[in-house]
This record gives sequence, C-alpha cells and structure tokens, in this order.
Amino acid sequence: MGRITTTHLSWSVKGQRLLDGIDMEAHDGKVTGLLGPNGSGKSTLLRLLAGLRRPDTGTVRYDDTTLQGLGRRVLARRLAVVEQDVTAHHHVTVRQVVELGRTPFRGRFDALTEHDRRTVDAALERTDLTDRQHRSWHTLSGGEKQRAQLARALAQEPREILLDEPTNHLDIRHQLELLDLLTSLDVTCVVALHDLNLAARYCDHLVLLQRGQVVAAGAPDSVLTPDLIKSVYGVEVLVDREPATGTLRITYLATATRTTAVQAMQLDPG
Amino acid sequence: MTTSSHKTAARAEVPTSRREGAPVRRRRASTAALLFLAVTVLLVSVVAASLFGSADIQPLDVVSTILRHIGLGGIAPTEPLPGLLDALIWESRFPRVLLAAAVGMALAVSGAVLQAVTRNPLADPYLLGVSSGASTGAVAVLLLGIGGSVSLSTGAFAGGLVSFGLLLLLLGGGRVASPSRVVLTGVLVSQFFAAVTSVILMVSGDANSTRGFTYWLLGTLGGARWEGVTVTVVIILIGVVAVQFFAPALDAFTFGWDSAAALGINVTAARVWLMVLTSVITAAAVAASGAIGFIGLLIPHAVRVLAGPTHRSLLPLSAIAGAVFLIWVDVFARTAFSPHELPAGVITALLGAPAFALVLKRLES
Repeated sequence: MGRITTTHLSWSVKGQRLLDGIDMEAHDGKVTGLLGPNGSGKSTLLRLLAGLRRPDTGTVRYDDTTLQGLGRRVLARRLAVVEQDVTAHHHVTVRQVVELGRTPFRGRFDALTEHDRRTVDAALERTDLTDRQHRSWHTLSGGEKQRAQLARALAQEPREILLDEPTNHLDIRHQLELLDLLTSLDVTCVVALHDLNLAARYCDHLVLLQRGQVVAAGAPDSVLTPDLIKSVYGVEVLVDREPATGTLRITYLATATRTTAVQAMQLDPG
Repeated sequence: MTTSSHKTAARAEVPTSRREGAPVRRRRASTAALLFLAVTVLLVSVVAASLFGSADIQPLDVVSTILRHIGLGGIAPTEPLPGLLDALIWESRFPRVLLAAAVGMALAVSGAVLQAVTRNPLADPYLLGVSSGASTGAVAVLLLGIGGSVSLSTGAFAGGLVSFGLLLLLLGGGRVASPSRVVLTGVLVSQFFAAVTSVILMVSGDANSTRGFTYWLLGTLGGARWEGVTVTVVIILIGVVAVQFFAPALDAFTFGWDSAAALGINVTAARVWLMVLTSVITAAAVAASGAIGFIGLLIPHAVRVLAGPTHRSLLPLSAIAGAVFLIWVDVFARTAFSPHELPAGVITALLGAPAFALVLKRLES
C-alpha cells in the first residue's frame, strides 16, 4: 500500500497555467476523490500523479520515493491508471486487454506464467467479466469497457490506482457496483468524480479543485459545504444527512444565476 | 461484480477453475502450432518455387544443390546436377526466391508495426513515403548520375532513409504525434517525392531509361543476383528480428500512448526505434525490388484474423506469411504469361485492391 503526496505541483501548456502549486495527499489504503468543475485540472493532476506528464515545478512522491526515483517500469508494478474513454484501434478480446496489465512484470519474450494467468482470472472474476473474456472489445457496452479497463488495472496487482471519472457512461447500478468494488480493494485510490453524492458516499478524503488550485481538502463533510459548492460550481445546494445511513446528501436547488431570476420573480409575481 | 461486503485484498487469488484455464492453453498451443506450420510451409515454398519455370528439375535436386552450395554437401540426398542446371538453380532461381521471401517478410512486418505505431489499421509501409523517397533516390542515381558509380539500390536505400528523416523532422523528432498527423505527414512526404521523381524523369529521362525505371517502380524481383540479395536479406533479417523485441510495446499501444506509458513502456524510445527499423527494412525491400504494394496492409490483417492481434505471435507469423505470399506471387509473375514476365507489384495490386475493400468492410463491422 502506499501514500501519494505532491508538493507545489505546477504545470502549464502554451503559457496557460493548468495546475498551480498543488499540495495534496492521498492516504494509505483510502479513497481520495478529486472534485471540481470541467477544466479545473482533475485529469491533468491525475496525469502528473501517474508520471505521464512532467511537472514544471514540484514533485510527486509515492511513499517517500519521487516519481523519477522509481522509474517507469517499477512504478507500473505498483500504480495502475484507468483513463477516460479509451479506444482500441484493432480487435482485441477482453482477456487480451486484461493481460496487458501483466506487461510490467513480463520479460520481452516471456510467455504468461501460471501466476500471470491466475491474476488475470481473478481480475476478470472480480469485475464480473469471466463469461465475457473471449468477447471482442468492440462488442462491449460502455459499462463493460470500463470494467475491462478496471480489470486490466487489477491485473497489475496495484498498491495505488488512479481513475479518471470511471463512472462516466455507466448506469446507476454499474456506478454503484464499480465504486463498491473500488472501496472494497485494499489499495490507495485517487478518483476524479463529477457526482458529489457519489463522492460523499464513497470517498474518505476529498480534494476540491478550481482553476488549477486546491480550494479545499479534507473529510467529505468539511469540503461539501453549501458555501464552497456555490463558490466553485456556482450552484445553490442543500446539504443534509440521509436519515437511514447518515451519509451526506447534496440536493441541487438552482444555479447561482437562476437563483437571482427566481428571487426576482418571487419579489415581483406579476 | 463483487460488492463491498467482501473486504478482501485485490491481490487475493481467486482459485482458477479448469474451465477458465483450458482455452488459454489451447490458444497458446495453437500459436506454436501455427508457427511450426508456417515455417514448414515457408521451407517447402522455397524449394517448390525453385522448381517452376523451364527445365525439368526434381525437388530433391533443389534441396541437394542448396545444401551443396552452403557447405552441407555431405548430407545431400542426390548426385550433383550438371553444371548448367546447377547454375540455373543456384545463380538464378534460388536467389530470386530468397529475395522474394525477404521482401515479403520486410513489407508484412513493416505493415504490422506501422499499424500499431500509427494506431491506424490502414497503415502500410508506403504510407510513410519511404517508397517514394526510394524511387527518387533510384531515379537520381539512374538518370542524373548523382553519386557516380553508386548502384540503383544504394540510391533507392538512401532516398528511402532521407524521406524518413524528413518525415521525422516534420513530426518534430520523437515527440508523440497523433495517428492522423503521422498519416497525413506520410502522404505529404510521399507526394513531394513523387513530384521530384516526375520532374527528374521529365527533364532528363530518355525513352529507354524511363521505361526501365517505370518497370522497376512497378515492383519486380527479376534483378535478383547473389551480390545484392545477400545484403538485402541480411539487413531485413536483422531488422525483422530486432522488431520482435518491441512486441510488448506494440501490444501496449492498443489503448494509446498514455496507457502504454502507464504500463511501464518507454513510449518515445519504442516509437523511434520502431520507425527507424521499419524504414530501414522497407528501404532495403524497395531498393531491391521496387514498389510492391499492399503486402504490408493485407498480410497482417489476414494473420490477425487467424491468430489474433497479440504481437508476440503476429510479428513472426506476418513475417513468414509475407515471405510465402510474395514467393508465390513471384512464381505466378514469371510463369503465368511466359515468356513474358509481369511485375510482381502489378499482381499484388490486382489482388490487393479488392482485399483492401474487404479490410475496410471488416473495420466497419
């Protein structure tokens, strides 16, 4: 298991600063949710955490080792990345996709070992894809594709997993099942999410981003406050607790601009 | 999907049932079987293809002649042939068959690699403009006398590499470029060198040399002599073997560069090496035989249908299938309308155009 920390992480593209001095921590074995509106830097931050882009300044550490210190292949043996909306350019089966997860463990000419095959079987089993393992990737539904990517990540036997909006395109049941699965894993998890209620329910720790900066971080009830949500998303919300389970519940009332219109109408009903 | 009630670790090993394990093992076995079959077909093809043509030769005589010339005369199954027949096999037919095998191998492997590297299923060695550059190099040597005593093949090889260098320059070195950018830049380079070739032909070509050059451009294995064949075969074999080292990277490219990098692949290094290796073997193939099209597109697709897309098996099987395919295309080219010989490139194009349509159809499904 591992802790991921960043110190003063910045990144720009063509003079435009997309991430600005990010200090964050993803705790050992916990699920950390990255929140923020479109363009706030969630995906960019995940790419920097994964070492797929080199930061202009700052460092990313896994436990106490920097990304550079770990090296690409060693990192891939502990960190798995599930990207958003990936496409394959030719026909591959689900099993072949999951077998890609064994890449960092295999020599150039090694056949799959018994352990590789067992790990792949287990990953297929956990994501409920065993009976679909010989299906072609192109014939899968959006939810099955997402699960196949997660299975590929599990086949890497990761200590940390980074996921970029994994619940996109999933129906509500599959969203819940995917997050149930994630939280049941004994791994450190950083997941970018759009749905604040899912974030409240599944994440141990939240990091709220706005224009490339961290505006709040901490436990869900300290981050998901009406004031913060209004200032970052521009949406009026009601935050209370769901009576049966006690989890935070966010009810969307109106966008900030519409609220003024509604208030104006109430003032002048004619 | 498992629910949160199971607080088991991700690494917990789910017992493998026999039902799950069996199909994998069967598929692996069939890859080995296919490879064995492919090598056998290749060896048989090399001998059988040397039989076709005028003069009545027995298969065992071909085997004996080859063995005798590579210093294994002791195990040759038959008596030496008369000198004339011996020379026909060893100096004319065998090098030609060997060249066909090497060129087919190079083009098929290049195609398989480029389809993965550009993430474009329609990629083909010709796409990168290497063959156009090679043509320009050849015509420059042939008609302008650039390079003095340098042979047409050397000119073509140099031209192919120059066009590849230009391509890399336009793509901005080893930076990660999008598939469509790679393809469009290839078209650009290709068109540019085709235009330069036309200008040279128009300005300084006489009827004779233009005709000779046009024939070379269509792709033919007729010029096979030991001297050139050895160099070509060695370059292509080294290149094809080296490419196998990148099979894991090519597999990892399935979902793009970031996905491959996250699996521990050094994407930039792998892509640059693969581009260089494919250019060298393509340039060597084009230099020796002219522009033989469609093999790079069709063979990898056919092999994927038979043996799946995993590059550990796709690369060696494509290499052998490409070799066998071009051997028999060349046999047809030199015997079907004997004494007239067709350029092999014309035949691959005749077969290739309809097959290309099939590939397109398969991609849409």
